[in-house]
Amino acid sequence: MPRIGVFVCWCGSNIASTVDVKKVAEAARDEPGVVYATDYQYMCSEAGQSMISKSIKDHRLTGIVVCSCSPRMHETTFRKAAASAGLNPYMVEIANIREQCSWIHKDRTEATEKAIVLARAAVAKLNLNNPLTAGEIPVVKRALVIGGGIAGIQSALDIAEAGFEVDIVEKSPTIGGKMAQLDKTFPTLDCAACILTPKMVDAARNEKINIFTYSEVESVSGFVGNFNVRIKKKARFVREKLCSGCGVCTEKCPSRKAENEFNEGLDNRGAIYIPFAQAIPNVPVIDTSSCLKFKTGKCGICAKNCPSGAIDFEQQDEIIERQYGAIVVATGYKLISLKNFDEYSYSQCPDVVTSLEFERIMNAAGPTKGQLLRPSDKTHPHTIVFVQCVGSRDTSGRGKPYCSKVCCMYTAKHAMLVKEKYPDAEVHVFYIDVRTPGKNFEEFYRRAVEQYGVNYIKGMVGKIAEKNGKLIVQGSDLIANEQVVIEADMVVLAAAIEPDPSARKIATMLTASIDTNNFFTEAHPKLRPVESPTAGVFLSGVCQGPKDIPETVAQASAAAAKVICLLSKEKLLSNPCVSHSDEMLCSGCSNCEKVCPYGAISFINKTFKFAGKFEIRRVAIVNEAICQGCGACTVACPSGAMDLKGFTNKQILAEVDAICR
Amino acid sequence: MQRVTELNELMRKKAQMLLENGIVNRIIGWKKGEFIYDRTPAVFQDSDELSKLIYDGFCGANLSKYLIQESKKEGKILALLKPCDTYSFNQLIKEHQINRENVYVLGIGCPDMIDINKIRSKGFKGILKIEEKEDELIIDTLYGQKRIKKEKALLEKCLSCKGKQHVAYDELFLIDNMISDNGSINRSMPDCEEASGLKKVGIASRDSRPKKDPYEMVEKIEAMTPDERFAFWRSELSKCIRCNACRNVCPACVCVKCIFDNDRSGIASKANTDAFEENMFHIIRALHVAGRCTDCGECSRVCPQQIPLHLLNRKIIKDINEFYGQYQAGADTQTPGPLTSFKHDDVEPYIIMRKGGHK
Repeated sequence: MPRIGVFVCWCGSNIASTVDVKKVAEAARDEPGVVYATDYQYMCSEAGQSMISKSIKDHRLTGIVVCSCSPRMHETTFRKAAASAGLNPYMVEIANIREQCSWIHKDRTEATEKAIVLARAAVAKLNLNNPLTAGEIPVVKRALVIGGGIAGIQSALDIAEAGFEVDIVEKSPTIGGKMAQLDKTFPTLDCAACILTPKMVDAARNEKINIFTYSEVESVSGFVGNFNVRIKKKARFVREKLCSGCGVCTEKCPSRKAENEFNEGLDNRGAIYIPFAQAIPNVPVIDTSSCLKFKTGKCGICAKNCPSGAIDFEQQDEIIERQYGAIVVATGYKLISLKNFDEYSYSQCPDVVTSLEFERIMNAAGPTKGQLLRPSDKTHPHTIVFVQCVGSRDTSGRGKPYCSKVCCMYTAKHAMLVKEKYPDAEVHVFYIDVRTPGKNFEEFYRRAVEQYGVNYIKGMVGKIAEKNGKLIVQGSDLIANEQVVIEADMVVLAAAIEPDPSARKIATMLTASIDTNNFFTEAHPKLRPVESPTAGVFLSGVCQGPKDIPETVAQASAAAAKVICLLSKEKLLSNPCVSHSDEMLCSGCSNCEKVCPYGAISFINKTFKFAGKFEIRRVAIVNEAICQGCGACTVACPSGAMDLKGFTNKQILAEVDAICR
Repeated sequence: MQRVTELNELMRKKAQMLLENGIVNRIIGWKKGEFIYDRTPAVFQDSDELSKLIYDGFCGANLSKYLIQESKKEGKILALLKPCDTYSFNQLIKEHQINRENVYVLGIGCPDMIDINKIRSKGFKGILKIEEKEDELIIDTLYGQKRIKKEKALLEKCLSCKGKQHVAYDELFLIDNMISDNGSINRSMPDCEEASGLKKVGIASRDSRPKKDPYEMVEKIEAMTPDERFAFWRSELSKCIRCNACRNVCPACVCVKCIFDNDRSGIASKANTDAFEENMFHIIRALHVAGRCTDCGECSRVCPQQIPLHLLNRKIIKDINEFYGQYQAGADTQTPGPLTSFKHDDVEPYIIMRKGGHK
């Protein structure tokens, strides 16, 4: 006979203020199998846990239900407490009466009623629980970093520093990411290249780091400690081993029409190109969409001029299959498309540029060699208007509801750089709020206003129109309570940032969660900020939320630390809540095998004696070391032969029945 | 009827030859049942038994499912499969239910199958004989001769026929031009001697009759209000006597032990003890065969209460086509099933929830 104990937590006032915890404990006492029920202010505290342990011994409990917060929060805590009293940790059930009850209800009667129902469901399930034992799984001592920007590079360097192998997979032809495109960095105004490129070189030279550029993650299977990843190395049409990086091919290429992505399309590049001089690897790539050889079959000038015979038009995409123990996601960001913001005339006026384009214009290695020139007529602009929050903090649905976090500071930086180079320039900044929470940030912004005389106008721009070579910027000044019209030569839009479009696909492959804005979700917003809820997947940089460089680097190192903790373990405890196939019910249809994301199911032909006859049947078997207990097979199985230990069909139905009772 | 007799003769000869050549050791086909329009699936072991083999417009029964058990036995069995039966056959191969090596599939032409219930629903009683004459059926009854247009008496599945091409076969037979679906003339026949005879009596491989949209009725039900829809299904499903004929005939119902027969499943029950049972049995069954149902229509054909069960399956097929792209279960043995495969461009669950049966 089961002897169940029910422990109702107040969670301070979190639960107790909306749920009558005494009443819940009282009601639970009447449930089948329950021999003891009580409540306590903080069940997760030392005192609470001791109470649980003591009760298990005193009342000879065979299982416990803890009515508290989400199992994500403290299931492990209570399992440990149970284990310390000699109870199998899988004889613990959590009834979530906080997130799913007290936090979402206002009415005390309703919330209490629901908490009782949830407790009842947990008891019904526990009555059918069986003790389970965790096994052990080995850990592959290698990490994968997806994305080769500053976040990915920093994570890789730190992991390699601890002595583990790391692979960086970068989809573009070079590592460096967005930071490589930046000119100076706030709040110190040191140049981005000077601090980034040495790190790129460090990564490239590090024996432990393997860089796959122009490559994409094709598929991910497996689980923490044992991920199986297929990486597609796209054909560069240049043999990396032979190429000396002399750049002759890029100079000789007759095609000059392709937009230079690195310069944000402000100038053109050849069909064979190296994104920028400090690229790593310093190996060109052929863009087949603009290459004459690929388009017409005629040309091949690069191949003729290459001194080392590295050009290979026949090169094919290559699939590399590798195992990893941990994966760091560092997929970064991009600026949003401005197609929903016609009022800024971005698509009509070449002199209305995005902040990233402005970075390139100001950059010594950029299309204007660092001279501030208008894209339209290559003249020096005298009056420049910066517009902040273009698509950020936008609740109209055209842009993003969040704050992009970096724009206030880089706009102050841009304004200051302009004034520094061209002191006679007139610089106006339209803003909603100036947000400077960071070390030396406020001081930096004040310098722009006080020392450089940048004109900050609180208000938004309503319209930008071109007239006689000038940009007429109409906006409102909320402090002066008047409309302002500025005749500008150039306008810079601080466009919102959003996760790189690859994030969604990668999240799906990793079964990692993302939020409504496609930012990766952390396992806990406060206590586990660099871990994804999916075990073995860690988050680095803007893929998790808008960040500046110092924050990105800090998070990258934090993610690396988490990876190192994982990789330094010899074995991991496996989850015993795995699938199991009842061969007497299995008809061998393979539905389970097809839906299994881990490849844990295989089939054998087995002889059965049925009604006095022998019959060979194809039946499913589950590799428990590979199964992650996702339960997909149990729903795909029509006969119910597949069942999940700890979450059996019967247990789930018992919960449903208890709720509907 | 001359044509049918001739056809049957040819088919028997063909089967006999395959038996004698040792290619197969038995044949699964149809024999006469209790009433003149009953055709029962039957296994024939030798030439004597073969004289009972019959093939005509009443042989609607899909023989594929019988091959699950038959293909486990010793030796090869000759299976006479109509074009639409081969979809079920493929699906069963895909699900590892049929041992392909033990089956010799003779793809036979289909003259469209007659639904006796449709004839009876016209009020014709005491049926003695049914003959096909051009596009009409001539029905001799105790109360005199009646006539009905053939297209008014066809099985629901034939009205929206999937086509006269077989998607799986070892050999094609009784098809006028003997053209296989890839357009090439099938030369895999071990016997070409009869080919000349075939041409005269074969069954057209191309169908010119306009097809009925299989989802016409589904759309009508979708257009109902939730209350109307509930009432519709409640009234249909409450006719169910839980005879399990639909389940037993369904080529997608292949479980070693059906959950409805498994005491431990929590939903097993033999009798329709309450309203929930009769409603949910069919809905659970439809969901269990979702993505695997070839729309062979056997469930509705065998239902003694004439519940239009195929509509549940068609609703699911229609949704699958809309959500995951056109898919025909059993069209081949390779294509991953829409519900057991995942693609990055699969429809998001919230779209399904939002749509929920409403346009």
